[in-house]
Amino acid sequence: MSTTDLFAAAHRDDHETMARLQTRLAEEADQDGVLDVAYRLLDSPVGTLLLAATERGLVRVAFAVQDHDAALEQLAARISPRVLLAPARLDLAARELDDYFARRRTAFDLPLDLRLASGFRRSVLEHLREIGYGTTASYKALAATAGNPGAVRAVGTACATNPLPLVIPCHRVVRSDGQIGNYAGGTEAKHALLALESRA
Amino acid sequence: MAVAGREPFEQVVRRHGPTVLRVCRAVVGPDVAEDAWSETFLSALRAYPDLPAGSNVEAWLVTIAHRKALDQVRAAGRRATPTDKLPDRIGADDPERHTDLWSALGELPDKQRQSVAYHHLVGLPYEEVAVLLGGTAAAARRAAADGIKTLRRTYLPAGPDDRTDPR
Repeated sequence: MSTTDLFAAAHRDDHETMARLQTRLAEEADQDGVLDVAYRLLDSPVGTLLLAATERGLVRVAFAVQDHDAALEQLAARISPRVLLAPARLDLAARELDDYFARRRTAFDLPLDLRLASGFRRSVLEHLREIGYGTTASYKALAATAGNPGAVRAVGTACATNPLPLVIPCHRVVRSDGQIGNYAGGTEAKHALLALESRA
Repeated sequence: MAVAGREPFEQVVRRHGPTVLRVCRAVVGPDVAEDAWSETFLSALRAYPDLPAGSNVEAWLVTIAHRKALDQVRAAGRRATPTDKLPDRIGADDPERHTDLWSALGELPDKQRQSVAYHHLVGLPYEEVAVLLGGTAAAARRAAADGIKTLRRTYLPAGPDDRTDPR
């Protein structure tokens, strides 16, 4: 018997045990305060979403077109490499997003961690939160509200790099010429979200 | 996006979790293997941000698992099974040969069991096995060879369904 045959039993896949161990690790890491970034995936009408949270709150929402692996690597580099699949911390965020897509919810009530945005971009995000459900604002108007009427392009960048799309509604910012403008989740997703909110 | 630094720990768990589980089962036995695995990865997660870039992550994990295994064995008290007499008790055609790999491994002396696990289940070279166990690479190679020799005599893999390759 070759040593490969001798150890064949050891190499049988045991997905059930691994899944159980990963769940246990996430729970124990959270209890011990070393789960710096927890994440989960959520199916939605605009594709699978990645949701990530620190101990402070929701820190990242990423569309599939933004590449979830890249988003996780960015979280590891910018916040901490202690990143684990740990759905429990995202239960509330997932429920509120489900409700939003089912048109049972028009505003989010979640602790947010805005550390991935700073300076002017962060102040744009703060103003974005004031654009109500079912309404839109232009990039130009948002630049003026954020205190820098000339910074229309910078507002566009702030929207494109919004770490918390959907929850911070950058999809409600459109071009002043009536065109819909770009969106981190793709223009199709932006159309779908505006249509969802206008049916109210 | 170009990102410097360490990959998310989740990737480490996925890539190396099954290997570390094999090591734990082999070294501390299947009953406490899951506790040893959990302690290993929790401890690794804690230290992960300080792991120097370019480190061999698998060897690092196995080192932690080895220490946790020693803790487990210490906590459980000395293993009761004397192994020296096995060759006399179990002949090549003895119906009582082990059909379970983990119990067969469990009867090997510590050094042999660890050398077999780290070299044959993880694939660490004997130089690295020697660093973990103390002693020389030659001694680790000898211990693994002795372990394999005993396993061939005491372990009979269960039915043909369980074998991956024809013999």
